[in-house]
Amino acid sequence: MRNLAEYFAMGGYAVYVWPSYAAAVAVLIGVLIASLRSLRARSAELEAIEGSLPHRSREERPT
Amino acid sequence: MTRKRRRLYLLGLFLLGLGTATALALAAFRDNLVFFYSPSDLARLAVAGDRAVRIGGLVEQGSVERRAGSIEIRFRVTDLQNTLPVVYAGILPDLFREGQGIVAQGRLGPDGVFRASEVLAKHDENYMPPEVAAALKRSGHWQETAGKPK
Amino acid sequence: MHRFANPARFLRLGAAIMPWSTGVAVLSLAAGLYFALFASPADYQQGESVRIMYVHVPAAWMALFIYTSLAATSAIALVWKHPLADLAAKAMAPVGAAFTALCLVTGSLWGQPMWGTWWVWDARLTSVLVLFFLYLGHIALNNAFDDPTRGARAAAVLAIVGVVNVPIIKFSVDWWNTLHQPASITRLAAPAIDPAMLRPLLLMAIGFTAYFVSILLLRIRTEILARKLRTLRYMQGAEAPAPAVAGERI
Repeated sequence: MRNLAEYFAMGGYAVYVWPSYAAAVAVLIGVLIASLRSLRARSAELEAIEGSLPHRSREERPT
Repeated sequence: MTRKRRRLYLLGLFLLGLGTATALALAAFRDNLVFFYSPSDLARLAVAGDRAVRIGGLVEQGSVERRAGSIEIRFRVTDLQNTLPVVYAGILPDLFREGQGIVAQGRLGPDGVFRASEVLAKHDENYMPPEVAAALKRSGHWQETAGKPK
Repeated sequence: MHRFANPARFLRLGAAIMPWSTGVAVLSLAAGLYFALFASPADYQQGESVRIMYVHVPAAWMALFIYTSLAATSAIALVWKHPLADLAAKAMAPVGAAFTALCLVTGSLWGQPMWGTWWVWDARLTSVLVLFFLYLGHIALNNAFDDPTRGARAAAVLAIVGVVNVPIIKFSVDWWNTLHQPASITRLAAPAIDPAMLRPLLLMAIGFTAYFVSILLLRIRTEILARKLRTLRYMQGAEAPAPAVAGERI
């Protein structure tokens, strides 16, 4: 088992390696959250507008 | 159906034209797209001394000289045909070492010495653990390919 | 309702694929991160900084893969007028832009310690920056028109024109002298990467691809809902719902 501090130092490249992985995590999670949010927003709007159009029954439901 | 086919042919023609135009443009600007010149290019093209250029090649084995008490460093860059003496004072990248490919920006002096203002290291496409590299060198299967100029 | 028939089938298919792609994404990314950060050796020349490769290279592959998909989808949209193609193109462009940005940022973080510079204007780096601007242009054009079909058509033309940049990026390191090194993995030759380093690289690449599939399905679903919303609002605004003037091109 390597020393933990030595591991996080990444052989002196810590300031380059860790921000790279942080950027990757930020991009993956950021895109996921943004996509989920806009899906929820559209679903909510659609539900609201369908409530005002009672004669239209929809054949497929989102989500 | 025929309209779809016509659109498809149009698109194909368009892409063909676009590709040809791009290829021609790239071929025309070929020399300007080069990021660095090799020492042989430099000898052939006779670049004017007052113009800043980039040169690239391997740091010749055994050519690196450091003066005591000075950050100035002298070395020779080679493309295995021509070599060029380089003098540089500044910070070197971590990968700088003898036998390594480098790219240096600077001016060629009238004395034939290249005065670099910036030195960048070029690394090769080989990735391996140090033990594997050591084993390859021991068994004689090692090939020096780092930054090989074309 | 022939207009909704296709999206309905797509939504069912997407719902069937989504759990699998998400599962593959989570597992590959977890295993990839483990191998990338713990169970792989340092490089003989680059030391521990080689770990940046496990993010940088798969991000670059995704940037090119998504752009190629974007151009193909745009061609389908322009030639066959498939009702889902415009929506798919609109859904994938921001994801591609995000991967391209990740590729540029991690490349910069890798170039500074290894090459000695954050950025150089060599053919490889410049052509990837152009790819990023193509993505941004696609997103901007898609939102630039009041009529979404006109925006989609303009964006599709841009995506197809920009596809010439893909081979330029791919072969830039072979055609010109660049600071960037040539590819390590080519189909013809044995990869110039040690197997212990290839494993995290491929796992991350599989993880990114599966992640993209899940995100894309999610985003296309969102675009389908958005289009339905526009149609319903149009019909509401027109008071009498006339099916023929749904405001959508088939």
